[in-house]
Amino acid sequence: MDDFVSESDSDYTSYWRDWFISSRGNEYFCEIDEDYLTDRFNLTGLNTEVQYYQYALDLVTDVFDLDCDDEMRETIEKSARNLYGLVHARYIVTTRGLAKMLEKYKKCDFGKCPRVMCHSHPLLPMGLSDIPHHKPVKLYCARCEDVYNPKSTRHAAIDGAFFGTSFHNILFQAYPQLVPPKSSERYIPRVYGFKVHAAAALVRWQNKERNDMRRRLRKMEVDSGFKDTDEDLDLEEEDEEEEDENDNTAMVEYRGGPSASMESHMTGSVA
Amino acid sequence: MSTSSGTPESWISSFCSLLGHEYFAEVSEEFIEDDFNLTGLQSQVAMYKEALEMILDVEPEDDEDDEDEEEEEDEEDISGDGRDLAHRGERRRHNGHSRIASDLSVIEASAEMLYGLIHQRFICSRAGIQQMSEKYELNHFGVCPRTNCNQTRTLPVGLSDIPGEDTVKLFCPSCLDVYVPPNSRFQTVDGAFFGRTFGALFLMTFPEYDLSKSHADPVSNLSRTLEDQIMINGMYARNIAPGLGKGKVYEPKIYGFRVSEMAKSGPRMQWLRKKPEDIHVLDEARQYAEDHGAGDSEDDDQSMSSRAVARRRAPGNARLRQQQRQQAGQNGSPMAVEAANGAESEL
Repeated sequence: MDDFVSESDSDYTSYWRDWFISSRGNEYFCEIDEDYLTDRFNLTGLNTEVQYYQYALDLVTDVFDLDCDDEMRETIEKSARNLYGLVHARYIVTTRGLAKMLEKYKKCDFGKCPRVMCHSHPLLPMGLSDIPHHKPVKLYCARCEDVYNPKSTRHAAIDGAFFGTSFHNILFQAYPQLVPPKSSERYIPRVYGFKVHAAAALVRWQNKERNDMRRRLRKMEVDSGFKDTDEDLDLEEEDEEEEDENDNTAMVEYRGGPSASMESHMTGSVA
Repeated sequence: MSTSSGTPESWISSFCSLLGHEYFAEVSEEFIEDDFNLTGLQSQVAMYKEALEMILDVEPEDDEDDEDEEEEEDEEDISGDGRDLAHRGERRRHNGHSRIASDLSVIEASAEMLYGLIHQRFICSRAGIQQMSEKYELNHFGVCPRTNCNQTRTLPVGLSDIPGEDTVKLFCPSCLDVYVPPNSRFQTVDGAFFGRTFGALFLMTFPEYDLSKSHADPVSNLSRTLEDQIMINGMYARNIAPGLGKGKVYEPKIYGFRVSEMAKSGPRMQWLRKKPEDIHVLDEARQYAEDHGAGDSEDDDQSMSSRAVARRRAPGNARLRQQQRQQAGQNGSPMAVEAANGAESEL
């Protein structure tokens, strides 16, 4: 970045934004259109948020021509990056911004979901807060609908407010066809092939929650997005606990059967 | 055993210090030298004998029984044992010390495979799981990438016990899910070298680790307070998926408004990160006993709220807690004892 700052005489040939988005660590950003940046309405309120707002804006739009010492330049440079980020958060929820981010999403520019059962589904950048300098950027997986930390430390340092809390959700509202199919595939902890009681009980409870949700959605005639059909849901309900018949559970699983003897067995195995 | 080779480092420790092998424990030679621990591996690994010698740093010449083969086709008939000693002896004299390079690389690959398979068994033994717990405490296995798990320590696991099927994964005890290791160098490590059992067995063997702790904090055990000592389904209640449940489930929002479940893009996977607010709901056996137990007339009251259950369970709870205190006084949890015994009998 210092290289650029030093060659102040060629501002209009080396575009600051080009340099910014192609520099290391800034892979998550897309390029903001000149038109968007020069429309003052889009920058409402940012002048109080960013130091040396006018100089920073000049730098971002490649019309910066202030003679100043290196220290000052560094400060302005920092402000410019900050300003770019804040405008970025607004830009990426516009139609053009969404389209640009979508391209990056399809190219897996934001990385892939680390969760094994998501099978490397592409991620989207997001913030947990819209207030700057609050929380660093996180990555959202649309398949498991959870939030992950970026792998690289240079990404972990980016402000989450440069992407905002709404962008990734707006993207799927704008492109509902891109919502990935959901899957109930999951990891089940086992010891020598046997499920572990505590984890298995939680899994059963979670499966019940999922089936309740799917039934709720079916009643409202909303597509649940799960790959298997609703008929499977009814089947699943019948043998909720026999997802994989080949496997047994480590401790005797309670199946709602009649048993005082089972109860004594359970306490027996604990004592 | 003879270590006349003069190399300062054993094969095992140099293997474990290779880039990408950070998750491996150093299997003790005792464990490998016990033939019982190697049962069945002979048919799974090519050039078994040579591979085993390589792992143990035994010079082939020092051993009367060893085989010195170099044809690649031997890979196919390692199970056949009808090779006559005389023939072998002759050949050895022929070849002397030197093995040709391609042969060595085949043996090296076999040794790595064999070591991995022994490792899968070793880390489920008492000594092995102990060593893995030390590595766990030293943050050798990385942290969970999920934001709401707060960088809790993970454990290396395989999704299959059969080599060649999948690479090593990281199991997060806080959200009970598995993740791809962040560094691509682990994508060459076979998951079967850790196996499906280790992750869950580790938690049963060391039930007292506080699983909600981030990797930045030193490892600590659950406190001795009554609340921490409550057990459900053979685990400390506080350690049942501490990264899940209320406040740890991501809620999608647009400009501060939650996205409705009825929307096409609405939340569908929250169940995966949910946990009952009252963890006692998971104690199905006790709940059944309370619903159907003697003296309880409300037999068919299955759909009652968990609150009602909690109220009626109170006396039973106290009894169990007392029981647990006694057990804790003896030797940790009952699961720990079982697991440790199981591991020992394997040795």
